[in-house]
Amino acid sequence: MSLGIIVIVVVVVLGLVLVGMYNGLITLKNRVDEAWSDIDVQLKRRYDLIPNLISTVKGYATHEKDLLENVTKARTAAMSAGTPGEKEGAENMLSGTLKSLFAVSENYPDLKANQNFMELQRELADTEDKIQASRRFYNGNVRDFNTKTEVFPTNMIANMLGFTKREFFEATEAEKENVQVKF
Amino acid sequence: MFYDLCSIFMTLYNQADKNTRLTWIYISGFLVFVIGVGYVFAGAMGNSSILYFAVMLSITTSFVSYWWSDKIVLAMSSAKEVTHEENRELYHLVENLCITAGLPIPRIYIIEDSAPNAFATGRDAKHGVICFTTGIIDKLEKNELEGVIAHELSHIGNRDILLSTVVVVMVGFVTLLADWFRYGIFSKRSSDNEGGGQLQMILFIVSIVLSVLAPIAAMLMQLAISRKREFLADASAALLTRYPEGLARALEKISSDQEPLEVANHATAHLYIANPFKGDKVSKLFMTHPPIEDRVAALRKMDV
Repeated sequence: MSLGIIVIVVVVVLGLVLVGMYNGLITLKNRVDEAWSDIDVQLKRRYDLIPNLISTVKGYATHEKDLLENVTKARTAAMSAGTPGEKEGAENMLSGTLKSLFAVSENYPDLKANQNFMELQRELADTEDKIQASRRFYNGNVRDFNTKTEVFPTNMIANMLGFTKREFFEATEAEKENVQVKF
Repeated sequence: MFYDLCSIFMTLYNQADKNTRLTWIYISGFLVFVIGVGYVFAGAMGNSSILYFAVMLSITTSFVSYWWSDKIVLAMSSAKEVTHEENRELYHLVENLCITAGLPIPRIYIIEDSAPNAFATGRDAKHGVICFTTGIIDKLEKNELEGVIAHELSHIGNRDILLSTVVVVMVGFVTLLADWFRYGIFSKRSSDNEGGGQLQMILFIVSIVLSVLAPIAAMLMQLAISRKREFLADASAALLTRYPEGLARALEKISSDQEPLEVANHATAHLYIANPFKGDKVSKLFMTHPPIEDRVAALRKMDV
């Protein structure tokens, strides 16, 4: 076999390997993007449920104006957050305000017995579960993508072509802290 | 064994990887075996076209059961479909695990039977089906039921239905050849071959032995692969729920319940999460599922 043919074969094989690596990176990156928009879908579900919740609570808990305003403000902030980092912080704040709202509603037995309120509570609890689920799916895809950009030999072309590591969607420090129980 | 030493660092990912690796090793070994058997029989019968017949017949019969696996199994099990409105809690459990796994939501069915069990089928994730007995829904706690759902979804996600169909095709191929050899179909009389007399004789003798042993060996390999996939589904389920203890407890509860499942028969038994025929005492080699103690031990060893 002449040297020329060997060189051509080597070049072709190398080319195929590079194409394979690039396509692999693109596939994983697109999965991460899709997983992120899946989280968005669940978050939007929550945003849509909140106005109904606020108007229901307003009817019974007329003294809790401040709390309800916090929820509204947190919701607006979360809806306008941009990057994953900002979104994370805003979302966790919104979760916090909702938790306070449901805790306070324990003091209003009429509210607790209201059918609409109970339904909304169930829906929101389920939405929280779904947000967690889509978060885990997103993190799994981020892990796969990040690994691919870091292992040899894909890391070489990953850096050259601008594939950078993505962030995980973490729980904030506040969520991780244990709740202080005071009697 | 080497793999037991590795269990010191057994994480969810290791467990899943190990079982996937073993599956492919078994399948490669099985393929080599199948090709070898084909060569011997073709040589003994002096006819290589039987190989094509065997492959075609095997694929055709398996294809039907694969393509319509959901309809066939559901019809045999008298299961009823469940909608979101009818059973919101169950639907939400399934839906949330599907979101975590990135799988489309399968159709959910219920069998009226107090024996706790579940299965999954369907030719791919888009046509997935999972089925639960009323027994398993009533008897398990939420965490345990989630483990079971995750296990079934993992079977769909890992494409175990497709894999087991491929394996069945290989088993069918070997069994057909063995049967045709025994009935003397397709065999040219040895008077045609003057030259290759010695080789012909050896192949003939080996074929006689193989015609009895090969189908059994094939079945054993099929069962070994099936057991590995069960371990893999357990590991994948633990990865989905991040709580292997849930599935471990569920398996213990299911195995301690001695009631047999009425609608199960031997054709569908391998699909269920646990052997539906209680009290069957067979050797480990002939089991479609690994023993429950082994499965529970593997789950509890995992470091989340």
